[in-house]
Amino acid sequence: MSRRHAPPRAERKPDRRDLGWYVDKAVEVAVFVGGVSAIVFVVGIFVFITREGLGFVTGPFDFRQFFLSPRWRPTSEWNPTYGILALFAGTASVTGLAMLVAVPFSICAAVFIGELTAGRTREVLKVLVEFLAAIPSVVWGFIGLSIINPLIINVFDVAVGLNVLNSGVILGLMAAPIMTSIAEDAFRAVPETYREAAEAMGATRWQVTYKVVIPAAKNGLLAAVLLGIGRAFGETMAVLMASGHSINLPTSVFDSVRALTATIAAELGETAVGSDHYRALFTIGIVLFLITFAINLTADLVIRGTRRKE
Amino acid sequence: MVTPGSDQGNTTPAPAIAETGRPATRIVLEVKDLGVSYGEHVALSGVNLTVRENEIFGIIGPANSGKTSFLKSLNRMNMFNRSMRVTGEVLFAGRDVRRWRNVYALRRRIGVVFPLPVGLPLSIYDNVALAPKLAGVRKRQELDAIVERCLRRAALWDEVKDRLHSLGSLLSGGQQQRLTIARSLSQDPDLLLLDEFSIAVDPVTTMRIEDVLKELRNEMTIILVTNLVQQARRLAERTAFFLSGRCIEVGDTEALFAGDVQDQRTHDYITGRFG
Amino acid sequence: MFSPTALNLRNRRRERWFRSLFLLTTVILVFPVVAILGTLIAKGGPILSLEFLFTEPREGMTAGGIFPALLGTVLLVTVSLLAAVPLGVAAAIYLSEYAAESRFTRVINLAIVNLAGVPSIIHALFGLGAFVLFLDLGTSILAAGLTLAIMNLPILIVATVESLQAVPKAFREACWTMGATRWQTIRMVVLPNSLTGILTGIILAVSRAAGETAPIMFTGAAFFIPVLPESVFDQTMALSLHLFVVTTQVPGVPEALPYGVALTLVGVVLAFNALAIGFRTHLRRRKKW
Repeated sequence: MSRRHAPPRAERKPDRRDLGWYVDKAVEVAVFVGGVSAIVFVVGIFVFITREGLGFVTGPFDFRQFFLSPRWRPTSEWNPTYGILALFAGTASVTGLAMLVAVPFSICAAVFIGELTAGRTREVLKVLVEFLAAIPSVVWGFIGLSIINPLIINVFDVAVGLNVLNSGVILGLMAAPIMTSIAEDAFRAVPETYREAAEAMGATRWQVTYKVVIPAAKNGLLAAVLLGIGRAFGETMAVLMASGHSINLPTSVFDSVRALTATIAAELGETAVGSDHYRALFTIGIVLFLITFAINLTADLVIRGTRRKE
Repeated sequence: MVTPGSDQGNTTPAPAIAETGRPATRIVLEVKDLGVSYGEHVALSGVNLTVRENEIFGIIGPANSGKTSFLKSLNRMNMFNRSMRVTGEVLFAGRDVRRWRNVYALRRRIGVVFPLPVGLPLSIYDNVALAPKLAGVRKRQELDAIVERCLRRAALWDEVKDRLHSLGSLLSGGQQQRLTIARSLSQDPDLLLLDEFSIAVDPVTTMRIEDVLKELRNEMTIILVTNLVQQARRLAERTAFFLSGRCIEVGDTEALFAGDVQDQRTHDYITGRFG
Repeated sequence: MFSPTALNLRNRRRERWFRSLFLLTTVILVFPVVAILGTLIAKGGPILSLEFLFTEPREGMTAGGIFPALLGTVLLVTVSLLAAVPLGVAAAIYLSEYAAESRFTRVINLAIVNLAGVPSIIHALFGLGAFVLFLDLGTSILAAGLTLAIMNLPILIVATVESLQAVPKAFREACWTMGATRWQTIRMVVLPNSLTGILTGIILAVSRAAGETAPIMFTGAAFFIPVLPESVFDQTMALSLHLFVVTTQVPGVPEALPYGVALTLVGVVLAFNALAIGFRTHLRRRKKW
């Protein structure tokens, strides 16, 4: 049977795995390693901070005290206490205020940039938002210390300007660009036909945005807010410098607070490797990691969920 | 009713080909019970046909009849599309294409021209020199000769000979299609697959390319998928009619057009009653 | 032709009103960029000079320049790029060109999203635990650079995947039908046409890495070092940490000094950002197909 089949022309190389084939396989393996590295690092981060923090969790760790006591006194000689409630309250209050500032502003900005303007204005605004995102966290902290601090003291007539208000506004400004760009992506994902259909019925641009685009993009907006929270929650240098860094359960925006992240940054350098204090700081790290992991995972699921529906 | 290709255009099943009178024509491609599906959607099923060396084999049929899926299964382009599943056997040069250990070597034997022209974002010269380079041709002179020969054959040389180093992807649609043809010729393939090549080309150029195809018949085997019934008549020795994912019949082109058909639908399509 | 109805007029007026409101909020949001830049230039500009940039700090960092910090930032960014670019580009090529749509690919993507969202201080903890202690690199430029590399990995991967995906699939298919292997296709057609996009991602990574403070605090950057680093196993000063130090840790610093440092840092970061934006605009204008 095969006798009647024409063989490949005689001068040609037969079906053999040549150099090109092996190079392709080698590259496939190499880039696969690159792809897997992302998983390795995420798992690695968890493993290594757990490794350093484990001694605390299995040792002096007291679940109730750790999560419910507002007393963070790791350096007390006779009775060190490790309660993160106040630190958590600090982080939460600052993040909360940041969201109050950032959510309305960034969603409005996304609406304006994405729906209500075009051309040069749009480009310029986008660049400015990008610049806002690019300003390093330590510079924000510096601005909190040297510009916003005296401003708050003068305007509100308070003794200290390093407080929830100061760091909340700063974190809001830091989180806003991410939220703006993700919200804008969400708007862009709304099919143009929706807008055209609404406009054909005589709706104005604003009505189209309000009644059609925003509802259609609501999952994307939710994801934007979640990622903004994640960003503000994990911010370190700016809160360290602008929040006053004193342990407090805040009752007003003019109270100084201390954040979880800032505590690690401020104290880790002064602890001995392997000490209870050192391990307690890594335990805070575990908590932070798990919380941000949950936030990011949720945001991702929300975004994917919308995509699948399309 | 599936009628495998046979020399007399009769209903003899495939294994009977051996008894035909015509000597020495060897089989390049033998397709047995080929099926293609994308997920739940079945694009093609139960296709049996053979393609002989140095013939132009036409495939006609309305849109969505499975013509393009047929071509894709020949050079294993399903490898990059997980949802595409191929069943049955495709024997190329006597071997199932799925048993080629080096699928890239297989593809070098099979040239493909898509319906929509794809000029790669390389210089015109590099578009055509790419395949020879992949095959290991290094000498500049040799490459120059291949590039010129292929561009001449694709009726593009005169238009681009002075700007061989400008981008191939910025040519006009018709020029890009001829560039694509030149590129597939540069592979020096055993089998050339053309998928509705004339969609993007003006009628004059189409005629020129058709002339080229007639010449090429002496060097390679050509499968010509076309939406133009008359193009199949002008070029193909034998023609297959595909409809709704099935190969309705295969026969000598002249016989089919003369009305000698097994299936009424073939006649209806050829005479323009539908499609 | 149509006489405007009352409803129509009201709608139009409302439309204009809303537009102005949204414009205003947007302007308020981006105003701080302009204000910050203005203040930094006004207060830090006068101190900025070649001497400031290229001499060492004196008198307990209350005088002199910032050269060791500037040099340190350059070194840290370089190390981080050397580690992150090959890995990030490889990961992106895998995801864009080789990976099938599978649960495993989904896990990789999830990992990238999470890596991007991990707080910078957690990266610092990881760098300390993994590079400084476990791999025993000590607090060094290498350890800090690698920590920054992991932070930058997701930016690089996302930017590279995006620019690889911008190359039409038809080009790949055309190459494959000619018998090009996937790698040959990537090398000859895909990469050359996404290089500018990848470069944009790299520049953004530079900008981000230059500004980070927390991840390098415990892994390789020091408050003050009297000598310049001699190898990647030495500690170094860094611009970002230097700003933190002169604003919070050193008494008696003249007011202009931290402004000068902040201006330098923001200048470097925004310059790279602007470069990336310029690249991207150029990319969008240039048509190759």
